[in-house]
Amino acid sequence: MAISISGLRKRFGQTDVLRGLELEITKGELVALLGPSGSGKTTLLKIIAGLEWPDTGRLEVDGENWLELAAQDRRIGFVFQHYALFPHMSVRDNLAFGLTVRPRAQRPGKAVIAAKVQELLHFLQITHLADRFPGQLSGGQRQRVALGRALAIEPKLLLLDEPFGALDAAIRRDLRRWLRGVHEATGSTTIFVTHDQEEAFELADRVVVMGEGRIEQIGHADTIHDHPASPFVARFMGATVELPVTLQAGRPEAAGLDLQALARRALPDGPATLFVRPEDIRPVPDSAAPWRIESRMSNGAHLRLVLRHATGAEAEADIPRRAVQAEALAPGASVRLRVEAGAIFPAERQGTAATTVSQPILKLESSK
Amino acid sequence: MSVIAAPIRAKRVLPGFTLSLGTTLLYLTLIVLIPVAALVLKGAEMGPERFWRIVSSPRAVAAFQITLAAAAIATVFNAVYGVLMAWVLVRYEFPGKRLLDALMDVPFALPTAVAGLSLTALFSANGWFGAALHPAGIPVVYTIWGIALAMAFTSVPFVVRTVQPVLEDMDPALEQAAITLGARPWAVFWRVVCPAILPAWLAGCTTAFARSLGEFGAIVFIAGNLPFQTEIAALLAYIRLEEFDYNGASAIALVLLGFALVLLLTSNLLQFWAARAREGAR
Ligand SMILES: Nc1ncnc2c1ncn2[C@@H]1O[C@H](COP(=O)(O)OP(=O)(O)OP(=O)(O)O)[C@@H](O)[C@H]1O
Ligand SMILES: [Mg+2]
Repeated sequence: MAISISGLRKRFGQTDVLRGLELEITKGELVALLGPSGSGKTTLLKIIAGLEWPDTGRLEVDGENWLELAAQDRRIGFVFQHYALFPHMSVRDNLAFGLTVRPRAQRPGKAVIAAKVQELLHFLQITHLADRFPGQLSGGQRQRVALGRALAIEPKLLLLDEPFGALDAAIRRDLRRWLRGVHEATGSTTIFVTHDQEEAFELADRVVVMGEGRIEQIGHADTIHDHPASPFVARFMGATVELPVTLQAGRPEAAGLDLQALARRALPDGPATLFVRPEDIRPVPDSAAPWRIESRMSNGAHLRLVLRHATGAEAEADIPRRAVQAEALAPGASVRLRVEAGAIFPAERQGTAATTVSQPILKLESSK
Repeated sequence: MSVIAAPIRAKRVLPGFTLSLGTTLLYLTLIVLIPVAALVLKGAEMGPERFWRIVSSPRAVAAFQITLAAAAIATVFNAVYGVLMAWVLVRYEFPGKRLLDALMDVPFALPTAVAGLSLTALFSANGWFGAALHPAGIPVVYTIWGIALAMAFTSVPFVVRTVQPVLEDMDPALEQAAITLGARPWAVFWRVVCPAILPAWLAGCTTAFARSLGEFGAIVFIAGNLPFQTEIAALLAYIRLEEFDYNGASAIALVLLGFALVLLLTSNLLQFWAARAREGAR
């Protein structure tokens, strides 16, 4: 199903939860909604499902206005964050619920329902759990049942709210691959919510990054990773080091920074901020440079260096522990910082939150 | 229900298990067990034949029938109204909600005699409600309906207060899941909400029923107390006592006790079942 959302706004009391969303999703796509807690992901999903209603805006699915359609009539498969399985029903009855609850005229016969449930049990590889109650299942098993219950009504649109949120890393990875398989097998349009970047990037065709009720960027994993559209996305994607630079003829410059690796860009001259991931910073010993290594920690594979500028600014760098120069980088040493990749945005004017104004996408060629 | 729950709870929460258990048991013995035992002994004294003669006398039978019928009416009413009330208190936001919530306990706190007096005043032929109901041919005061009304008033909190916490604990996602699966509001209620509150609701209704059987203060004012018509069992026991007919009084009391024990047992079983079902759900 093709979904078209525009001008979607929603407020709860005094809080603006969604501040005008525009989003187009094509048929059969697998889209991830990625964003920090409280950014409105669940609210958006619930509006699509008909469990919440926007204050203004349009929601059209295959050209039909869904805001006039009750949730029951949308035929959506919704998987809740904590599964929301019916505790007093067996797995079998949970799976059958969406079929047995239909009005008599559309309800399939008992035998048809039983066969359908059997097929689902088999597909989900939980045949042996059919007669258990949700209380007797593990998290991963519940997740499967929840997904099966949603699939039973053969939804054309599948919505999953943090489907793997409560599971441990290994099971997450398994289920991720499995969900991808389910998506391909059923061909349904799928939207899933997550705040795990890795999950979003690995699973989704396209990722929608949300921040504070706005869509900050829509794109493929690589684009979002390399070319964040706003300081918000840059920070959210792990570029936690913010360095003040000056742009001159499209080139960023700053004392103690080696920015040769960064490409020129079409930005007006003047003060700007460079957003860098700690792993894209290479400290190079240089006794004349204004950066000093303040502390050094190891997590086994990597060394994390905390760096301090003469003016008090702070930066962090992650370097492989076995790298040759690691020996020279002891606390107290003076270093120059070579930046391998980063995103540049004009400096935020005093008193305005730059995260809330939409910025042009900046091209930044990393020379890695 | 607290009769059985108290020592178990004390064991978990209070320090000094022996002391707290000992205190509780002593208290239980003094307040509950000794009076009950005395009653049973008194009943045993008279012998089964005598006992049977008293409790099967036409006046006693009529009193039991009236009591049971009125309690049944009151419980049916409370079963519906109590759930509705709990639902409103949990699901809706409206001005005065907290006040209404607090008012729900008034029947617990109000002396039953006061409740009986005010109900009688309201529903008598020239009371606020009675003035409207009487001409319409629905006399309440001095009929079984009056008895049921008084019983319903004093026992409704039992239903509300058992169902309310269960509704509060219910994950709203359950209902939302049912809706996305195509369930209409009635189906959501019958297939998702009902099973969740059923054990608590049944337990609440049983307790309310037991409470209604034993209600006395609120009823005597509104019932008129005509033997064979509006005389409840508790009142009959009281009358026998006034006549110094201790055997007659304790025989009737014993039957009431029997009813109450059976109901409390039922209520406890239901709650046990509910707790197990909930554990299974985790
Ligand atoms: N029913 C509600 N009433 C009032 N405020 C609400 C309601 N539902 C959500 N909110 C608010 O809306 C904002 C967005 O909530 P939402 O659940 O959509 O966030 P989210 O992106 O799903 O976050 P998370 O990742 O933590 O699940 C939050 O600030 C939340 O407090
Ligand atoms: Mg959420």
